[in-house]
Amino acid sequence: MELSKFELGGTRIKQSDISKGNVLTLAVTPKLEYAWDDGVAIGRYLEELGNGKIIARKCNKCGRIMLPPRMFCELCWRATDEWVYCEDTGTVNTFSLCHVNWDASRIPEGEPLHLPAVIHIDGASPGMGILHVLGEVEPDKIKIGMKVRAVWKKPDEREGSITDITHFKPVRAARKKSKKKSGGGR
Amino acid sequence: MGQKVAIVGAGITKFVSRAQETGKELAWQASKMALDSCGLTLNDMESVSLGSAPDAFDGVHMKGEYLRDGSGGWRKPYMRHFVGGGTGVFAPIHGWFHVASGMFDTCLVVCSEKMSSVYPHPQGAFTTIFDHTTEQALDPTLIWIFALEYNRYMETYGLTKADIAPVSVKNKKNAMDHPSAQLPGEITVEDVLNSELLAWPVNRLDISPASDGAAAIVLAGEHAAKRITDKPIWIEGVGWSLDTAYWATRDLSYPRHVEKSARMAYDMAGIREPRREIEIAEPYDPFTYKELHHMEGLLLANRGEAPQLLADGVTQRDGDRPMCPSGGLLGVGNPISAAGLMKVIEIFLQLRGEADKRQVPGNPTCGLAQAWGDLMQVSTVVVLKR
Repeated sequence: MELSKFELGGTRIKQSDISKGNVLTLAVTPKLEYAWDDGVAIGRYLEELGNGKIIARKCNKCGRIMLPPRMFCELCWRATDEWVYCEDTGTVNTFSLCHVNWDASRIPEGEPLHLPAVIHIDGASPGMGILHVLGEVEPDKIKIGMKVRAVWKKPDEREGSITDITHFKPVRAARKKSKKKSGGGR
Repeated sequence: MGQKVAIVGAGITKFVSRAQETGKELAWQASKMALDSCGLTLNDMESVSLGSAPDAFDGVHMKGEYLRDGSGGWRKPYMRHFVGGGTGVFAPIHGWFHVASGMFDTCLVVCSEKMSSVYPHPQGAFTTIFDHTTEQALDPTLIWIFALEYNRYMETYGLTKADIAPVSVKNKKNAMDHPSAQLPGEITVEDVLNSELLAWPVNRLDISPASDGAAAIVLAGEHAAKRITDKPIWIEGVGWSLDTAYWATRDLSYPRHVEKSARMAYDMAGIREPRREIEIAEPYDPFTYKELHHMEGLLLANRGEAPQLLADGVTQRDGDRPMCPSGGLLGVGNPISAAGLMKVIEIFLQLRGEADKRQVPGNPTCGLAQAWGDLMQVSTVVVLKR
């Protein structure tokens, strides 16, 4: 049954076929809103972010100190045991320099790129990374293995969200700045 | 196990950026072609299985029910399955459950996808795959996770973008011989490297397109298959595996869940030396690096060495281990579930010697198709034999 022996379906149309009315469409915006409960583990995680701290959860069976924290260990399949504070520093495991917004629109020329990274947090078990963004760094200076530190919102601006950390910046730059702006962090 | 299961017919539409047809109409076109290809009618189908990607693309809740009439599922045992990007290769596995169990002798397996309905771009529909509390607040876009994985893969093995870009060159060229192809073409490595940079290290020509399209296959049990065709292609091994959703805690340089799914399928098919026994493969290639990453996870290349096989021409259609002879997602297109089933259909046609200009030499007898998805965490594999 070679494909060449069949007339294949699927008729390609263009955006202009729609705008000119050659093909009719019905445009609809769904009206949906959600309020997501944070749950037990992430609830505490967010609460501590509001305090300027990163907290993990430890499983005493496998010994993993897990980020994001969870009330059950998915490997040992048992309840986790204790809360453990981590550092607000870490290592860049991988990163991207992103020119695209969530909806595939492009970031205009001259505006800052999105700099997502997987950051392995100090004090959690090796390999425990979180997704966050980098900042206060030239994109071409970012390297895998780079040490970074969380940059926190001011305490009264925090709301118990992952965005209470505005970004992570290279540790060396953090030291210089922290002399000028002491007390701005934790 | 109740009985052996074979693929006996196949159908596919063109893959296009936007189809005039609805998802139902595309499903109907592919399903009808699949039945026609083996001289059967819908009355011969005892069960129907449908695969389709997230409802968010269509904005239709319960898409399985919506697509049901086009897929021939009325008043029959009918079920929709969905495992993200892995759906298209889970489709034959899902159909296999129905027939291998002995419950049914035939099953029509359909995958239909219409990604063009959602505005401004299907990428937006993907944002809710990220954790709603700890990740979505960072305003992520889908490409992030692939860019992050791509970068980690390069770093771990000391690779460059130029080592990986030839996947796009090969697959788009292969797609020139596929009648469904959306983005076939002759391009160079420089074209890939100079195409628009979306999220370093991912350029535009590193990515497969969003597409509309459908595909379908007909499955039959051992005795029924031999009555229907003298060229049944047997499903000898199936495997699937899902890794943690805490994706940032995984080793992004190596897809361990792909290895798990492959080993499951190899064990079932009695394959001990995949590099010798798997003569052709369709590893999932939504991004250039994924074909290489998946070859390694499928144990068809040593870790970090798939790019060398690519450079040596081993994975070309006339090479020792052809990969994506169809043209893959990069060339044929990526209507998610239908793209995975397109890969299964390609191996089916190759093993029957019916792949037209795409036919790999040497009368292959054993091939593999694989798909992958979710938060880079699910892998589905089928091993097919003549």
